[in-house]
Amino acid sequence: MARLKIESLRKSFAATTAVDDFSLDVGDGELVCLLGPSGSGKSTILRMIGGFEQPTSGMIRIDGQDVTRLSPERRPTGMVFQSHALWSHMNVFNNIAFGLKLRSLSRGEIQRKVDQALELVGLAGYGHRQTFQLSGGQQQRVALARSLVLEPKILLLDEPFASLDQHLRERLREEVRDIQQRLGITTLFVTHGQDEALAMADRIVVLRNGQCEQVDAPDVLYRNPQTEFVAGFIGQMNFLSANVEGGRFRHPDFTLDVEVQDGPAVLALRPEALRLEPSDSPDAAGVTRATDFGSHIMVDVELRDGARLKVMTAPDARWQKGQTVRLAASAFALYRQNRLLARGGLPVETVEGRSRHALA
Amino acid sequence: MIRSYSSTSGRFDWMGLAFAILLVIVIAVPLLVVFTWAFTEVWRYPSVIPQKFGLRFWDQTLSRADVWEALFISLRLSATVTALSALICLPAAYAFARMKFPGRDLFFLSFLASHAFPKFGLLVAIAAIFLQLNLIATFWGVVLIQLVGTLMLMIWIPVAAFQAVDRRMEEAARDVGAGPLRVFWSITLPQAGPTIFAAVLLTFVSTFYETEGAWLIGAPQIRTMPVLMINFINNQVVVQYGAVLSVILWVPSFIALIFARRVIGTGSFAKGFGA
Repeated sequence: MARLKIESLRKSFAATTAVDDFSLDVGDGELVCLLGPSGSGKSTILRMIGGFEQPTSGMIRIDGQDVTRLSPERRPTGMVFQSHALWSHMNVFNNIAFGLKLRSLSRGEIQRKVDQALELVGLAGYGHRQTFQLSGGQQQRVALARSLVLEPKILLLDEPFASLDQHLRERLREEVRDIQQRLGITTLFVTHGQDEALAMADRIVVLRNGQCEQVDAPDVLYRNPQTEFVAGFIGQMNFLSANVEGGRFRHPDFTLDVEVQDGPAVLALRPEALRLEPSDSPDAAGVTRATDFGSHIMVDVELRDGARLKVMTAPDARWQKGQTVRLAASAFALYRQNRLLARGGLPVETVEGRSRHALA
Repeated sequence: MIRSYSSTSGRFDWMGLAFAILLVIVIAVPLLVVFTWAFTEVWRYPSVIPQKFGLRFWDQTLSRADVWEALFISLRLSATVTALSALICLPAAYAFARMKFPGRDLFFLSFLASHAFPKFGLLVAIAAIFLQLNLIATFWGVVLIQLVGTLMLMIWIPVAAFQAVDRRMEEAARDVGAGPLRVFWSITLPQAGPTIFAAVLLTFVSTFYETEGAWLIGAPQIRTMPVLMINFINNQVVVQYGAVLSVILWVPSFIALIFARRVIGTGSFAKGFGA
């Protein structure tokens, strides 16, 4: 129903820059997640779109209309806050009806729309309840209904599930995704939880220090992170630092032929891209812990230089603490100064005695 | 009878009992004596309880014109002072709580400054100024002096009340289309309402009982109930007049406090002072 276009958005507070030259296009009906650690500027971006913060510079357009300087009540956006921010002196009906009353709709029309909105979020018949009589999940649903009832062009969700427990969070995010798909409403979603982002988003924007690190679909982001930060932030990742000399990444345990300039580099290996094999060599890596997650077992391995790696193994594999092992990697990525240098699917493995790059 | 048991050990809480008895002696006994005097006609020295109870002095006190006059003056004064105080302080409190402006802290302190000096000294100084302004012994003179005393309560508690209103609630209201004024009227005020009501009530009651200012500025023309009571106690041989007035004066604050407890959750006062 609506497109959102953000151009070189910048926001500075006194001495710090919260958002630095941020641009983004959100397509009609798309759900885009802003993902980042706290202080990455994701909430500030959302609040600027909602009109609660004024950008220092830049432009925000909704369906081509410049809304950058409009006050929140004049914007076609609907915001759901982390704390749900329901008005505790009004019951559920009046919370949802407040915005409709401001638009001076008829009583019948208001009643019909509120009932519809309550139905949509699965709370039909809850209109007469007081907000404090509801559970955390129900309160957040009412907050969602309060925004949706006004049929905003852009829905803004600011960590809406952060205060809920794990199970509820998972259920609610499926429901919200469902509703969003059904209404086809363009949605921006702020979260610091990567699984929330991976589960809900069409595209994810990874933010750090107010700057965009990467924008991509969840699967691309996970499989092809463009920066070391994204690699470490999305999913689990093992990092090994060493120097590249003469076209070879020289770590005591992992060596790798790469066609990059000499200098320091960081090798990134996903736990599921690593394989374990028993080894008898006296200076092989050792297992320090094996944690059974049911669906898989996560094995912590300590290399000879003290570096620790996590290796994901099948649930039927049994690894004992202290056992010596050999590692093999089926995929890798190499970063220097947060930029991707090279990546590939070549098998890399540790070898007893001296390490070598195994060509298979 | 107060009997309290410690919930953890189940043993009798002697310490608690001791405090309870001490409190009863300090607070309840004087009240009881005044109460008894108010309904006494004859009570001579060796006897522990009065020889004769009766309502004769109530009759006599209530039939005095100066008592009724003082009561109406007190009510009018308290209402005027409270209304003016609210009119001045509530917008100021909102500004202090929500807005940033240069000199904010200094202004905030200035509202509290009247309580930083010995009260009587301040009153005498103000009285000297009022004398030149011909405000001595006038209704508005007393209003002004009492207003000064209410500022702290009327600023401090509402500032805390406004600060306690969740900013997100206000933003959510802006988000669904309410302008700033509408947000204040429909969200901020109802949210802060109970605590502000407590401040208004406290202001009314404390103004009603304010004595030094009313006496120093108002005398002799403007005589409020407490001033009249002091006159009675100081100048009359009959104890009962003072006692009856005390009991009458006790009623409004009692009603106010009961009302306050019903309207406001117990947390509001604490919130007001805890900021």
